[in-house]
Amino acid sequence: MNDDMTGFVVAGTTLSSRLILGTGGISSPDVLGAVLESSGASLATVAVRRVDPATRGGVLDVLHAHGVAVLPNTAGCFTAAEAVLTAKLAREAFETDWVKLEVIGDEETLLPDAVELLDAAEQLCDEGFVVLPYTNDDPVLARRLEQTGCAAVMPLGAPIGSGLGIRNPHNIALIAQRCSVPVVLDAGIGTASDATLAMELGCAGVMVATAITRSRQPARMAGAFRAAVEAGYEARLAGRIPRRFSARASSPVEGLPDL
Amino acid sequence: MRDSRPPDTEQGARIVVNGEPHPVAPGATVADLVSSWCGSPTGIAVARNREVVPRSEWATTRLSPRDVVEIVTAAAGG
Repeated sequence: MNDDMTGFVVAGTTLSSRLILGTGGISSPDVLGAVLESSGASLATVAVRRVDPATRGGVLDVLHAHGVAVLPNTAGCFTAAEAVLTAKLAREAFETDWVKLEVIGDEETLLPDAVELLDAAEQLCDEGFVVLPYTNDDPVLARRLEQTGCAAVMPLGAPIGSGLGIRNPHNIALIAQRCSVPVVLDAGIGTASDATLAMELGCAGVMVATAITRSRQPARMAGAFRAAVEAGYEARLAGRIPRRFSARASSPVEGLPDL
Repeated sequence: MRDSRPPDTEQGARIVVNGEPHPVAPGATVADLVSSWCGSPTGIAVARNREVVPRSEWATTRLSPRDVVEIVTAAAGG
């Protein structure tokens, strides 16, 4: 983790914000614009979907207008083959080698399929992609993805869209400790304090979609997340006090008057 | 793998574009299809029979009857 709140480096590229925005669930291009403004995000995900001649252009145009880089994802893919083809389509369409790799096991949990994920990551790294895999909160798998050549790892806090927060903070801390590529907490975040915790646990960044886009006031929530990520990052660097089982007076005992 | 390709009919050759049957004129290329399907080619990619057709090959890649084509772009997601 570098000592600079203003950004972190993925595959040699400096991202000016540690908050990555997921655009899923956004209600309109105007709301997306407002969210991008108040989040300060410099990178935002998009999905690859069939062209709808009636509605095309919206998301990409807004991202470009705000100078935000596009991170295509492979959401909806269940096999390595589907994910690899989706990444190649994204590279062709958006002229980026970056891909947020998602290969899910089933529609109910949307949890990553570790076997297909690793297979897809190997293929895409071999093809020269900058691969950011959405992965389980498994320190061993995270290391395997790093060894495969992934540029970052993106462990989940909880299932996508669940808002349950970070269910296994110990594992997230272990992943952050043991990986030398940036660790970006992805999925499960419910509110700003979850993002702060992710940063306190040692993550280099946080990716948030639903918790912002489906909140009552998305632009306001985006601002809250921006502050939360910064607070967590600063607290991590400042160093938290150890936990104790008993109290420790913060006022001095010396000079206590005899009353 | 499910065969979603349409049978050729007496009305002429057909392909599948984004899941829907679509007529194809003899000699039509991927570039022709993209321009009729969505006008501007910005932010678009094309897969033909589950292989990416690079943008540089759109104009020279002729569509064959029963091709399955996906034309994709960005949508809010992730």
